[in-house]
Amino acid sequence: MSQKQYWTDLEDLKNINAPRPDAADNEFKEELPFDLSDSLFSATTPRRDFLKFLGFSTLAATLVASCEMPVRKAIPYAIKPEDIVPGVPNYYASTFADGGDYCAIVIKTRDGRPIKIEGNELSSITKGGTSARVQASVLNLYDKARIRHPYADGKEATFASIDTMVKEGIGTKPGYLVTGSVLSPTTKEIITQFTTKYPNVKHVVYDAISYSGMLQANEACYGKRTLPTYHFDKAKTIVSIGADFLGTWLSPVEFSKGYSKGRKISAKNIKLSKHYQVESTQTITGAAADQRATCRPSEKSKIAVALYNAVVNGTQPNLSTPNLNKLVMSAAADLKKGNGLVVCSCNDVVLQTVINAINDKIGANGVTINWTVTSNYRQGIDKDVVDMVAAMEAGQVGSIFLHGVNPVYDYYEGKKFADALSKVPVSVSFADRMDETAQKCKFVVPDHNFLESWGDAEPKPNYFSLMQPGIAPLFKTRAVQDSLLTWTGAAQSYGDFWKDYWMKKTGSQENFDKALQDGVIEPAGEMANGGAAFIGNVADAIAKIDARTVKTGVELNVYQKIGIGYGGVWSNNPWLLEMPDPITRVTWDNYLCVSPKRAKALDAELTGFSEVDFKKRVVTLKGANGYTVNVPVIVVPGMHNDVVALAVGFGRDAKVGRAAASDATKGGKNAYPFMSFNGLTFESHSDVTITGTNEKYDLAYTQSHNSYEARPVMHEFTLEEFSKDPKVLLKERGVEIAEFAAVPWIEEGKEGKEPIVDANTEEGYRANGTLYPNYQYEGIKWGMSIDLNSCTGCGACVVGCMAENNISVVGKEHVIKNHEMHWIRIDRYFSGMTDDPDTIQTVFQPMLCQHCDNAPCENVCPVSATNHSSEGLNQMAYNRCIGTKYCANNCPYKVRHFNWMDWNGADAFADNLYEDDRRDDMNDNLTRMVLNPDVTVRSRGVMEKCTFCVQRLQDAKLTAKKAGRPLKDGEARTACQTACPTDAIMFGNVKDKESGIAKLRKEEQMERTFYVLEHIHTLPNVNYLARIRNTEEIHAKDETKDDFLKYHI
Amino acid sequence: MPLSKICSRSVFVFFFFLLLCNFSAIAAPDGKALFMSNCAACHNPIKDATGPALQNMDKTFPSKDWGYNWVHNSAALVASGDPTATAIFNKFNKVPMTPFPQLSKEEIDAILKYVDDFKAPVAAAPAAAGAEGGATESNSWIYTVITLSLLLLVIILWRANKALGRAANDKMGIRNEKEIPLYRSKLVIAITAIIIFIMSGYWLVNGAVNEGRQQNYQPLQPIFYSHKVHAGINQINCLYCHAGAEKSRHAMIPSSNVCMNCHKQINSYSGEADHPLKTAEGNVVNGTEQIQLLYKYAGWDPVRKDYKRDANGNILATPIQWVKIHNLPDHVYFNHSQHVKVGKVQCQSCHGQIQEMDEVYQFAALSMGWCINCHRQTDVQFANNNYYSIFEKYHAEIKSGKRTGVTESEMGGTECQKCHY
Repeated sequence: MSQKQYWTDLEDLKNINAPRPDAADNEFKEELPFDLSDSLFSATTPRRDFLKFLGFSTLAATLVASCEMPVRKAIPYAIKPEDIVPGVPNYYASTFADGGDYCAIVIKTRDGRPIKIEGNELSSITKGGTSARVQASVLNLYDKARIRHPYADGKEATFASIDTMVKEGIGTKPGYLVTGSVLSPTTKEIITQFTTKYPNVKHVVYDAISYSGMLQANEACYGKRTLPTYHFDKAKTIVSIGADFLGTWLSPVEFSKGYSKGRKISAKNIKLSKHYQVESTQTITGAAADQRATCRPSEKSKIAVALYNAVVNGTQPNLSTPNLNKLVMSAAADLKKGNGLVVCSCNDVVLQTVINAINDKIGANGVTINWTVTSNYRQGIDKDVVDMVAAMEAGQVGSIFLHGVNPVYDYYEGKKFADALSKVPVSVSFADRMDETAQKCKFVVPDHNFLESWGDAEPKPNYFSLMQPGIAPLFKTRAVQDSLLTWTGAAQSYGDFWKDYWMKKTGSQENFDKALQDGVIEPAGEMANGGAAFIGNVADAIAKIDARTVKTGVELNVYQKIGIGYGGVWSNNPWLLEMPDPITRVTWDNYLCVSPKRAKALDAELTGFSEVDFKKRVVTLKGANGYTVNVPVIVVPGMHNDVVALAVGFGRDAKVGRAAASDATKGGKNAYPFMSFNGLTFESHSDVTITGTNEKYDLAYTQSHNSYEARPVMHEFTLEEFSKDPKVLLKERGVEIAEFAAVPWIEEGKEGKEPIVDANTEEGYRANGTLYPNYQYEGIKWGMSIDLNSCTGCGACVVGCMAENNISVVGKEHVIKNHEMHWIRIDRYFSGMTDDPDTIQTVFQPMLCQHCDNAPCENVCPVSATNHSSEGLNQMAYNRCIGTKYCANNCPYKVRHFNWMDWNGADAFADNLYEDDRRDDMNDNLTRMVLNPDVTVRSRGVMEKCTFCVQRLQDAKLTAKKAGRPLKDGEARTACQTACPTDAIMFGNVKDKESGIAKLRKEEQMERTFYVLEHIHTLPNVNYLARIRNTEEIHAKDETKDDFLKYHI
Repeated sequence: MPLSKICSRSVFVFFFFLLLCNFSAIAAPDGKALFMSNCAACHNPIKDATGPALQNMDKTFPSKDWGYNWVHNSAALVASGDPTATAIFNKFNKVPMTPFPQLSKEEIDAILKYVDDFKAPVAAAPAAAGAEGGATESNSWIYTVITLSLLLLVIILWRANKALGRAANDKMGIRNEKEIPLYRSKLVIAITAIIIFIMSGYWLVNGAVNEGRQQNYQPLQPIFYSHKVHAGINQINCLYCHAGAEKSRHAMIPSSNVCMNCHKQINSYSGEADHPLKTAEGNVVNGTEQIQLLYKYAGWDPVRKDYKRDANGNILATPIQWVKIHNLPDHVYFNHSQHVKVGKVQCQSCHGQIQEMDEVYQFAALSMGWCINCHRQTDVQFANNNYYSIFEKYHAEIKSGKRTGVTESEMGGTECQKCHY
């Protein structure tokens, strides 16, 4: 695929093969505050002023220096807990559960504070993987917006007084206990006790992002109102209709783990699953797909029927585009080969019935779809919720209890819900903050954060996961289970209830301790797998779909961002807000995603093509129900031309938190009111009309911040190319470096040979490609490998790195100015033609400091603040740095970040702290508890970059030294590596010939190994494994075919 | 037998006997040291504590072997239903004694001998101290006075010589050069200026370099805790209290319940005679009062001999706010366990003769140069630690005799990111 050309945005596409003037020449965008005029004396800062400042600063420095040293205290424990050694972290296995989202985790606590979340490798479900949200969840514990005591009627109250009032208030009128999907068996038990005691109270499950369509279809088709387990690892053909299963759909961590197994490929084992994706918007799952086509949301059901017919009868489909027809036919052919899997995200009973029918026909049940061990991730039925709201409106409801839900914000008719809520005499919210719903409730009885709670989860029947606290509750909060137990009249606390329950279940203290230590209780052996008999009425479903018409106007797709998700507490998480969206690379806002063509069609001047220009045009979006918002437009290649998309989780109330607060100038707009209810399920797509305005809105977009000046950084091949010649990459590299692998005067045997990289080339190139002496590394040399086939761009590593390395959050204004501090970023590149979204292929490349052995940054530092270690690390000594930024200028990978401001109050001078409102809570003393004490908090004026998590490397070495044994492979792991749900990152000592990384580079994956910008002899210690796409189609830039590029850009 | 022969033989026997005594003196277990390291936490020779007063305790044992068994594993003896054992166990609140299976019979005997011979210290006249103080007084001031008077003499003579010369010139009719006062002499001004410039430059740079450093810092602490009494005189192992030094980056200041392990029974300072406590300013400190101060922090009721507790049974202790002496900047990572456990560095290397300090002061400069210097000169435990087995080149060089050891800096110990990250 060497003819393939990658571009980051439309401007880049225009300037392919030439450095783009905007980004390349202006790496540091703002003007320096110096007057560089010719006439020095008439300048605004003349020489005399300079001397005055010089004198002043010398005097000031002297004064500061003569100040007395402060008296510091060292305060030990009064009584030291036995299991805490100050300075040594403790790890507790626990469970992340948010609504139905599940992840088995390990909490790292330092001196009693949870500071980092890792995945729990003992879980057979998530297998040690995490997501960006799981990584960021530790920050929610220290969220300043958390309420610190219970409220009654908006005033501080005691639990006791609320208990009395609630118990009196429940009465005999119908009541509702509304929760999100509950995974916890003990909580379910307590809810049952509660509803038994108060038979007038009904338990309703409400999922803001609902899977009701699937649940109901499964009930009709298989007699079980549940979701199956999907085995992506066993699937050879995957067809996804709209399901972003690697990003936001159902259980992305579990699916990413499984999916990536089928995507690992080596020259010795050339096998790859085939992934077809049909979607309306651009998602990371679409980016990972081998073959992708776009469609309108209203056409998805037609596509499912076409696929069904193609599988059953081989009928040639007649869909809106030839590409869809083609995709359906080849997908059907592949599905029939066995080990197929079809998934669809649409919350549509009829459509899901057809999907179930296809999976039944291709024999997926019992192979890739497991009905023996099902999933409990979602349990909400939309109709129940709508009925409840109707009852509330009618004034029939006497009490309502809301746990883990926020319908005033995320119900499709949030206003209606708020009005209905005011008619309920006793309303109780268990929210941890004054969210939109809690504000309208009579009582707020705050629940603990999950890092403060005992608890459990049963993500799949008989697969249990225990939750234990990493810290005592910070505020006057009470577990929701405790509240319910109190109101039920039970004498037991939840802690005792929980312990009794699990002691009984595990049988003995020993088993209980083991379970608590492991965090999971699972049946032994591999997960049982089995099918189910299909009894659905597919003919009826097809008839219903045939009666539908495909819409013609612009359709809006309401979607979830991978970081913010459905909203909830995530809307106020600065780490997630600053994490660039994998596809749009925009931070801090939501916006309307449109295709380039649609943008152009809206208004010639409205395009906002220039993604370098952060000022985006604002449009007015009007829904079918009259709901209107003004949102900025961002161009996303790969969007269907008639579809626009808006993310939920924004447009929050000020009390949700400082980072989430929204108004006309910040915080985005709420997209939930664009959803609708079709009588059975909530729908996430609707008709909209768009009109332009003359307003502009700043969007903090990061992809164009760095430029490789048109040097190629990616290597991608089709499966066919790679299987035909596994050495294709070695040859491509050979052209670049083989010539320099031997000194020029060794000419024998060179002529007539095709240059190719072999076992000795790299060493030869290292030694002979430079005039410098070749340093011999001893003992340890760290290296990292990143598999571009496995990387899905999900962003877990980015947030994991922020948590581990105290990465500053700089806020929107400074992201706009290129000042974001992420040590690892995930670059997103498009290829293909802009006017046809089906041709767009997307690749991700995580980019971090490459720890070059011949590093360009080291040579230019005037104070040697950055230099090389004997273990191959490119070191950065913050306190030596004087901030010349030469290193960042000279870094070809653009991975160095300068502290333009005092982001964290780390400066010696007081009142130097940068503040911009939305990010300021990061510097609250409460939030600062999340900082990793082993990593320096950097002050203003110094450069920083990835250290390969040197604190972890040092710790691993120290552990080995203390035990008096050599370092084991896999002992030293970086934060990005442990966060990754697809095991795309491998790290280790390349000098150890038995290590995974050494074997991977020399044996297993030699044919796919490459180094970015290898030909400039930087000798990086990070290598990448080339992307192999299982497709025949490659779309290069082609002005003759791409009218849009030809005429409009 | 001639007398001389008898004499020589008896002399020989006498010396041989001496030699034997000497050997046994070397080989015999040191009862005091063993008692201090193993027993002192719970036992006092003459007072009941957590465990009984040990003086003459052995006389109450049913047999010698019973005593050994008791020390090796008292719990087993109690469990077997032995009446003496059960009686002791019950008398001391059924707190089982820590088993010491590692103590040999000889060592146990030595401990018992030490406690039996132990005599309560008697206050001695504090006369010796004054005499000692006089001897150490410095007499450098005498030299200073002599030097200064000699200098004065030189100046007076020089001036007199000059004046006489001028007077002689006057007499002879030779014209005297006009005398320029010293303060207007260009040479003097120039030299002074240069000296002042150099001196102030030196002062400025030195001041800047030393900013934030606190060598010899010796603050007053909330409790007059004497390392000399604990680590010096009583030879308590540093790691008993600073347990973190082997495990963590922090050596860890012990919490007050660790102090109470010993001070539950040691409620007075009895060493006034041998070692009266004094602050650096010379104020006399009452050791017993300081122990009472500890009880206040630890929540210990010395009368009831029990902790004060709240309604939930939690001990009412408050942490002691010690003044931190050794301060490293935030951007420096230092790990005690790396140095103590891996590097096998003595505490004294960085903290000075801590066992001689009543009040701790910062011994080392704690400057980067000081760290680096040590890293350059100190060998790592290359041969003794298998971790270093992967450094084949150095092993080969040691084998071939090219080098004798590997210094910390050769292992990369002077690189930035070993301490700064």
